[in-house]
Amino acid sequence: MRRSMVILTSVLATGALTLTACGSRDDNGGGDSGDNGDSKTLTIGVDAPLSGENSTTGLGIQYGAQIAVDDANKNKLVPGVTFKLKALDDKAQPATGQSNATSITGDKTAVGAVGPLNSGVAQTMQQVFASANMVQISPANTNPELTQGKNWQTDKKRPYKTYFRTATTDELQGSFAAGYAYNKLKKKKVFVVDDKQTYGAGLAKIFAEQFKKVGGKVVQTDHVNTGTKDFGSLVTKIKNSGADLLYYGGQYDESALITKQLKDAGVKIPLFGGDGMFASTYIEAAGASSEGDLVTAIGVPADTLPAAKTFIETYKAKGYKGDYGAYGAYAYDATTAIIKAVKAAVDANDGKVPSDINALRSTVVDEVQKSDFEGLTGKVAFDQYGDTTNKQLTVYQVEKGEWKAVETGTAELN
Amino acid sequence: MNTLPQQLANGLLLGSMYGLIAIGYTMVYGIVQLINFAHGEIFMTGAFGALTVYFYILPDGTAMAVAVPLMLIGGGIVAILIAVGAERFAYRPLRGAPRLAPLITAIGLSLALQEVVRNFYPDADRARAFPGLDTTHDIGSVTIKDADIFLVVAAIVCMSALAFFVRKSRTGRAMQATAQDPDTAQLMGIDTNRIIVIAFAIGGFFAAVAAVAYGLKYGNIDYRMGFLMGLKAFTAAVLGGIGNIYGAMLGGLVLGVAETLASAYIDGIPGMQQLGGQGWSDVWAFALLILVLLLRPQGLLGERVADRA
Repeated sequence: MRRSMVILTSVLATGALTLTACGSRDDNGGGDSGDNGDSKTLTIGVDAPLSGENSTTGLGIQYGAQIAVDDANKNKLVPGVTFKLKALDDKAQPATGQSNATSITGDKTAVGAVGPLNSGVAQTMQQVFASANMVQISPANTNPELTQGKNWQTDKKRPYKTYFRTATTDELQGSFAAGYAYNKLKKKKVFVVDDKQTYGAGLAKIFAEQFKKVGGKVVQTDHVNTGTKDFGSLVTKIKNSGADLLYYGGQYDESALITKQLKDAGVKIPLFGGDGMFASTYIEAAGASSEGDLVTAIGVPADTLPAAKTFIETYKAKGYKGDYGAYGAYAYDATTAIIKAVKAAVDANDGKVPSDINALRSTVVDEVQKSDFEGLTGKVAFDQYGDTTNKQLTVYQVEKGEWKAVETGTAELN
Repeated sequence: MNTLPQQLANGLLLGSMYGLIAIGYTMVYGIVQLINFAHGEIFMTGAFGALTVYFYILPDGTAMAVAVPLMLIGGGIVAILIAVGAERFAYRPLRGAPRLAPLITAIGLSLALQEVVRNFYPDADRARAFPGLDTTHDIGSVTIKDADIFLVVAAIVCMSALAFFVRKSRTGRAMQATAQDPDTAQLMGIDTNRIIVIAFAIGGFFAAVAAVAYGLKYGNIDYRMGFLMGLKAFTAAVLGGIGNIYGAMLGGLVLGVAETLASAYIDGIPGMQQLGGQGWSDVWAFALLILVLLLRPQGLLGERVADRA
């Protein structure tokens, strides 16, 4: 009896602890610009991880969108409409993302949503937005399936017409990284590791395929669990494999630990990752071990974009937390695309906000599809799948404790 | 290159950490039959206590040889205070309650501690850098670093001290008596409440030692670090035979080695490629647990005690 009690309680408690980790939280971190007179308030939802894992980049998305909303309100971009941000924390958990999506679509003033950060979270949200016919623009998702369907390699088919993204896909990212690793870094033998999540596993697989295609060799592959801290066994395998490069598909939480443990074990090969690792937290967590590590990131460096100068100044001046570097400017452009679509809808309705929110949402989806303007990150426009037409990528390398852009280019398939 | 010695070393190091934390589960269970699920969080607060000493109390640039003992003391104090406080204010009032009540309290306490650290410790909502001991040494084909040596030495010293304490000291024997039969022990003049507090304090201190080793080894800590480590340590305690302190240490080592070897070698077995690798290590570790419990329900070193529940 006592023994079975131990087993039973441990099973129950494990279940309970896992479930509680998915509870939803309403973190309305966004400031709200007051309602003046008879102007109508419309809400734009933001969903990103605002606490815990990935929160540095997640907060960059929230505040990037916040600045776009503030700018639109200040410049009266849509006369008679005040925009308000509703920022929800998904903790990088798909289930939480889905309930946040339900909460956003349930808001009768909501016209669209920006987010999420994680492709795996996006998968659970797409259906919710599609049913509500509400536009969703992710500044960060890169998994090809999201816009091009399960069989994207052979038969591209757009699953949801409400889903758009301002980030390019992993197909191009993996290909760009493979080309750079083989041709520029002159690496021939790669060890590929991923975190089994939608984003990481997808990216790692594409990288491995593309790396083989350009002539390199994938010596071994392995997978890790998110939340793991000890990678001793993996590190020994890498050491023994004779690889001259480690490619990691996943987020910085694990890769920072992997690179540290790898270098501590005396394996001085660089770790190459995707945009999910592109955050200052990676360098802070890995310390000197991160020196020489590389990532590919979406678009061109925010600091070099003339249009983003004011944005970065505002971000810093407001003292916002998080990291604008990776997706802040993309979140700004995504938010602006929604605001401009609302403007088009209002203009088409004789300058009045359509009173039926469902009609407005539906028009906004159509207008976002037609987007064509110069944003902070370049031209903002979407192709027939909802993917951005802006296909620029940049390789960054850690140099003296900072990410330095080493090469920018337009990605093409190898 | 033969990787087995290195992989065994990796496993034993990880296992030592599990074992140190598992002591806390097993001692408390042995005496009050309570599974203290907040123990993983006591481990976590110990790490933050040590971090506080390093970053906010010691002057910058303190030599690690001086800093580490002070961090151990700081982390130990925090962990002991929280462990004893939890016993006094959360568990003692429920001493006579049905067993599920303290269990749920433990889970609640665990979440509460996580959220308190996340919300009130500076920048604790993401990983915080922890000073490392990263100098490496090559012993044959095995590479280990200073933090690993610290972990092994700490585990051996702690375990020997505990074994000596429980066997030889008056309090230790009182503790054994309480574990065997709390009511009779009380009738014989043992202050069982005091014994229980001591059990919580020792568990807390061991968790803090493990936490400092964790920080030194992995270089960063976060508010969620206690969850998985706590779960694994609890598994180790059950594997070794919950209630038995040697069992906790052995269970930790077995679990750590099993996990490491599974992730290192299973994917090399023909036909098992899909079931190997680091991502499957937990599956094999828990499969081992199930197997051990099937064959030896009392755990590796557990005693066949009369059923009291």
